[in-house]
Amino acid sequence: MRNLWIFISRYNAFFLFIIFFTIGIYLTVKNNAYQRSVTLNSSNEIVGTAYERLNVLKRYLNLGMVNDSLAAENAKLKTQLLGLTTADTSKDVKVIDTFTNQQYTYLAAKVVKNSITLRNNVMTINKGSLDGIKNGMAVIAPQRGVVGFIRDVSEHLATIQSLLHKDTRISVTLKKNNALGSLVWGDGNFDIKKALIKEVPNHIKMYVGDTVVTSGFGSFPAGILVGKIIKPNVATNDNFLSGELNLFTDFGTLQYVYVVKDKTADEQKALESLIKPNE
Amino acid sequence: MNSRIVIVNVIRWFLLLFVQVFLLKNMGFYDLSTPFIYVLFLLLLPFGIPNILLYALAFGTGLTLDAFYDTMGVHATACVVLAFVRISFISISLNRDAIDDPEPSLSYMGFQWFSLYAFLCVIAHHLVLFFLETFRLTEIGYTLMRCGLSCIFTLLIILLVEFIFYRRTSR
Repeated sequence: MRNLWIFISRYNAFFLFIIFFTIGIYLTVKNNAYQRSVTLNSSNEIVGTAYERLNVLKRYLNLGMVNDSLAAENAKLKTQLLGLTTADTSKDVKVIDTFTNQQYTYLAAKVVKNSITLRNNVMTINKGSLDGIKNGMAVIAPQRGVVGFIRDVSEHLATIQSLLHKDTRISVTLKKNNALGSLVWGDGNFDIKKALIKEVPNHIKMYVGDTVVTSGFGSFPAGILVGKIIKPNVATNDNFLSGELNLFTDFGTLQYVYVVKDKTADEQKALESLIKPNE
Repeated sequence: MNSRIVIVNVIRWFLLLFVQVFLLKNMGFYDLSTPFIYVLFLLLLPFGIPNILLYALAFGTGLTLDAFYDTMGVHATACVVLAFVRISFISISLNRDAIDDPEPSLSYMGFQWFSLYAFLCVIAHHLVLFFLETFRLTEIGYTLMRCGLSCIFTLLIILLVEFIFYRRTSR
């Protein structure tokens, strides 16, 4: 220890030089933006180069795994492509009805314009009179849920008066007991996920979770899923019950819809027009 | 005697720094040659000064210059290097016990010794200074040229100043 001290004190000029020089360099690098950036950049460059080399090696080792995942992704994309090339063709989807065979046919259509924020919402689809679409046809959502009625038709396009409209009323029933009601939207609640079932006879008991389906009395086929009751027995001032329900249709993300063609619609209309109003 | 040395050095410090900061800072030939006359203060510190005090003075002087030049630490480091060169050169070239001159100035040490001493100190100082300022080796030619030309300029002024005071002390 003593020898060390003698050594240090003998060459104190050098050790002091090291100390002061280090302080000076430290101050320089710390306080000057340019010098600091150079120091940081060069050290970053060294580190970066090292990492790059390492990365090349890693990439090579991972090649097999990457290959597998790419192949899987390729397969997935090809399947999707197959779906896409056939999706937009106007293929009629047959629905087997218990009443008559092929009373209803479905026509797929793409929504080209949608609106959900207004009081009375109308959407536009890319199928028109050339595809056999007529005023008053029912429109349903792809998976489940109702959308609305066809309103105006041009050659290639048609507008839909959606359920989110004050004039739209759809005849529905409770699935478990076939109690009739009518589906309306926007009666004091403009949430696009909720609608009201109205005019249910007073003696019917509704419960939370009851499924609501179309009755088949309008242009909708019977049994199309509409929604689930979330607030039963809402009191109204008339002699009927009302209930709030959650719609299955997600109007916000609707891209494709099915237009329901009813073969017997014209026949039914002609037949019913024979009955005089005040007979 | 001792207090006289202190007062002389303090006055010298203020004078040299004043000249450096307010006159020579604005001088330069095409950004190639800039004189740093303030190192003369460190060159002319008395022989008997302890190493630690010499380093502290060098560091402090450098920091003061840095404050004016906005180059925190660059001049301080260069001055520390100069102090190291000064100590090494004096210990090599002179017999420590036989020194009876008060300070290593031209008037006491003679032209030959002083010019070599000044040259070595100044070139070490300038090398560190310019390389720290540039802080990269890619422009080494330009940096060396600046360093060399500034060195000549500084040395010229130092010798000039020393000759002016040489006459006075010799009288």
